[in-house]
Amino acid sequence: MVKRIRIHEEYCIGCRLCEIICMVKHSASGKIIKAFRKESERPLPRVRVEEEGYTSFALQCRHCDEAPCVENCLTGAMHRDEATGVVLCDEDLCVGCWMCVMSCPFGVVERKEKGKTTVSKCDVCAGKEEIPPCVKNCPNEALTYE
Amino acid sequence: MREKVRIPSGCAVAGILHQDGRRVSGEVIIRSMEVMHERSNGLGGGFAGYGIYPQFAELYAFHVLYDDLSARSEVEELLQKDFTIEQEESIPIWENSTITDHPFFFRYFLYPKRTRDNEEDVVVRLVMTINAMIEGAYVVSSGKNMGVFKGVGYPEDIGRFFRIEEYEGYCWIAHGRFPTNSVGWWGGAHPFNLLQFSVVHNGELSSYGVNRRYLENFGYLCTLQTDTEVIAYLVDLLLRRHRVDPSFLGAILAGPFWSQIEEMNEPQKSFYRALRITYGGALLNGPFSIIVGFEGGMFGLVDRIKLRPMVAGWSGDTFYLASEESAIRAIAPSLDVVKALHAGEVMIGRLKEGICHGQEFAFPRV
Amino acid sequence: MAKSLLFPEFKIERDAERCISCQVCVRQCANEVHSYDPEDDTVYSAEEHCVGCQRCVTLCPTGALEIRKREIGFRPNANWDVASIRNLYKQAETGGVLLTGMGCDKPYPIYWDHLLLNASQVTNPSIDPLREPIEIRTFLGKKEPFLEVAWSEEFAGLKTRLAPQLELSIPVLFSAMSYGSISYNAFRSLVEAAKEIGTFCNSGEGGLHPGFYPLGDWIIVQVASGRFGVTPEYLEVAAAVEIKIGQGAKPGIGGHLPGEKVSPEISRTRRIPVGSDAISPAPHHDIYSIEDLERLVFALKEATRYEKPISVKIAAVHNVAAIASGAVRAGADIVAIDGIRGGTGAAPQVIRDNVGIPIELALAQVDERLRKEGIRHRASIVIAGGIRSSSDVVKAIALGADAVYIGTSALLALGCHLCQKCYTGKCNWGIATQDPYLTKRLNPQMGKRRLVNLLRAWSLEIKEILGGMGINAIESLRGNREQLRAVGLTKEEAQVLGVKMAGEGW
Repeated sequence: MVKRIRIHEEYCIGCRLCEIICMVKHSASGKIIKAFRKESERPLPRVRVEEEGYTSFALQCRHCDEAPCVENCLTGAMHRDEATGVVLCDEDLCVGCWMCVMSCPFGVVERKEKGKTTVSKCDVCAGKEEIPPCVKNCPNEALTYE
Repeated sequence: MREKVRIPSGCAVAGILHQDGRRVSGEVIIRSMEVMHERSNGLGGGFAGYGIYPQFAELYAFHVLYDDLSARSEVEELLQKDFTIEQEESIPIWENSTITDHPFFFRYFLYPKRTRDNEEDVVVRLVMTINAMIEGAYVVSSGKNMGVFKGVGYPEDIGRFFRIEEYEGYCWIAHGRFPTNSVGWWGGAHPFNLLQFSVVHNGELSSYGVNRRYLENFGYLCTLQTDTEVIAYLVDLLLRRHRVDPSFLGAILAGPFWSQIEEMNEPQKSFYRALRITYGGALLNGPFSIIVGFEGGMFGLVDRIKLRPMVAGWSGDTFYLASEESAIRAIAPSLDVVKALHAGEVMIGRLKEGICHGQEFAFPRV
Repeated sequence: MAKSLLFPEFKIERDAERCISCQVCVRQCANEVHSYDPEDDTVYSAEEHCVGCQRCVTLCPTGALEIRKREIGFRPNANWDVASIRNLYKQAETGGVLLTGMGCDKPYPIYWDHLLLNASQVTNPSIDPLREPIEIRTFLGKKEPFLEVAWSEEFAGLKTRLAPQLELSIPVLFSAMSYGSISYNAFRSLVEAAKEIGTFCNSGEGGLHPGFYPLGDWIIVQVASGRFGVTPEYLEVAAAVEIKIGQGAKPGIGGHLPGEKVSPEISRTRRIPVGSDAISPAPHHDIYSIEDLERLVFALKEATRYEKPISVKIAAVHNVAAIASGAVRAGADIVAIDGIRGGTGAAPQVIRDNVGIPIELALAQVDERLRKEGIRHRASIVIAGGIRSSSDVVKAIALGADAVYIGTSALLALGCHLCQKCYTGKCNWGIATQDPYLTKRLNPQMGKRRLVNLLRAWSLEIKEILGGMGINAIESLRGNREQLRAVGLTKEEAQVLGVKMAGEGW
């Protein structure tokens, strides 16, 4: 069974710590203060907190079973890792046509920071973490990994 | 002279019961205790004999200890309020004993002046009053056709001091104590007695404070500050006043664990649940093995997790209990059965009856 | 309106080296202390609104924030401490009664800290709780003085029918905290934890939300002077019923839930119109005497067919022993006593800090009095107000309590930081609030887990202490004051507590 990050919007408190932690995780140094204060290129968070009224939740790539981004990719850069079931983008193959950005029903695939011709999306920290840091650092367990 | 301190102690206990009612000399129990000399330290020993006053079998025999004979008139005045003194005498002692520093001992045979609803309650109140109020006097025993002999010394010396070999009883229980701080008071030795119930106790009660307060609810005053005293009163409360069957005494004083109750079937389960909920204040906690003598029998009981020793033995019609098997073998070399008591187990012998095994709750030790 | 003379209570120190302007603090503060200025990419703080709840400090990912009590440079004055001056300024400005939350924070003696426990050495072996069973199961309710048994019929011979009992796996219950004073999620955490542990929580006087009816077996419901939410069903679903006469934080005072807090859900629970003030009168207007209390006790017993214990909760006041005795004689199966350090969602500060007596002294006197009168077995004693740890629990039981209520300790487990602003409804920890934006902050699954952990930890510690004393059943500790010794107390205090001084033997 492939583990997924699950969203519990009833407990999301809108603090956006997940966004901050995600940014740091994908930064060059991986150090929070340095990433924010010293690094000129700050990565985009791959998780976004959506908010309206009292409702908020942290949304990131759902790694859909039938993923439009994978189906619509011209070069085969967007693909599913067979072992983990995670949808990933091979940056070497990506030509920056943004078909994935347009076809994502959740709006969780974005253009990377300025000057890059590839996309930014949740990679579940490339499987390097037992529990993704956004989940681990959520103060209210509004994100779980199961 | 009376020490108002509680004395925790390690000890030797022994008991003999002739179920056929045969009366034997106290010499036997002295010999049994002699074997366990090392379990005592010379700071206390005592005996209770049942059936020793057949000529006054229906009268209350009060053994009274006087630190100071000036208390005597006050005591006798109190006794005569509700009772008539049939006979009054000093308790004979062996003048050549090595024990020289001792108080005075008197015994009174009493019968109630008028019939009352419950003369036993009157006796209890009288004992409590003398022990709590009269300085220098202490009621050692107050049952019928029985008596307690106790004092400071090794048990065998105390026995000979009181010449108990000259009495004949169907049941004898005995105690040798090893108190961990010194005691200079004869009343502090075991057995502790109230009416027909005499208790000898090896152990210390961690639940003393609870038991004492529980007993206060029922009018018992614990004046001696010793944990054994509360056992004597609890036995009186449960057996005499609440009419608990002696074979269930262990289920109250050393009740089964909840985990054991949970495994029982109904109605047993509800029964034990009710006992524990109702008699929480009577639960004895801490290490103990006790022998209780009563009119017509004797029983032994050990604590819930068997922290102190107790062995039972049978030879024909005779039932033995002791801290060590050697103490039984010393007077009955060949026994039909020998058995170590389990945790929380009651072992009862009664006159003219077979041995009755109490409810047994041996908790498996890890 | 002129500028206030009140200075900010707290000083917010933001380490500019560390702050990354992530604005977590901005989003987390319900008091709107922090604000982000995009022009210079800086977060500013308005200290005058800060209540010192430490929410921002806890969540700041870089540890850039520190909030401390502000040192005010008044000329030192032994008579006029800073708090008194502040309160005076506040009243001069508002002309009102000062409100506060949580329990009394004045430095009255805490007797738990002057009582020491015993342990076994040599003459009495201590028991290892990892190897031997140590029992802390507790029953609350009236106990029979003795059992009527036909011994010849053995186990079937039990003739006495036991009075209804509450069975607890640990002698700790959750105090009365109403839905209204605390959030739905906070109450849900409490009741689910009570169920998992095997103890009870108390509805408080706010009625019971229908969502909790299925969990009624673990809830004691309160009947208080306002009678909010008291219906036949409410009594029916509960495990026990508690008549609330008084509360330790505000003896002699009623309650007031402001209309703004009466949301549709609260209105449904309390059975009052949305937006109307919920005012609990100071006394029960049908209880002006002890015989009136007896009438209500038995009315509730009738209503629950004598199947549920009836508790009477009183505040620890000067004559508490006689009052408790009266409550027992009026038929209470449980007497709950709440001491001066007991918490509240809202109370006049002057009452909270000055009325009542410490629970330790009240407990010692009540237990003593009931024993002297020979009626101790007719009711269980549950105490409340300032139980902080397992050792407090053990000391309370040794003094004579059957069990303890914990309120503040439970809230701390849920995240409370004791800022004492419960009455504002702006609890940043999502506990004492009904604001849906804030109540989300308490995830009841986490809350339940933390409460269960707390009680589990306490039960392990209680067993360690009991084992050390050589006691393997909690009933052998109940009222066992021999296991307590006093340090640093006067003879009179030790006498009131009924304990000997440390150094005295048996």
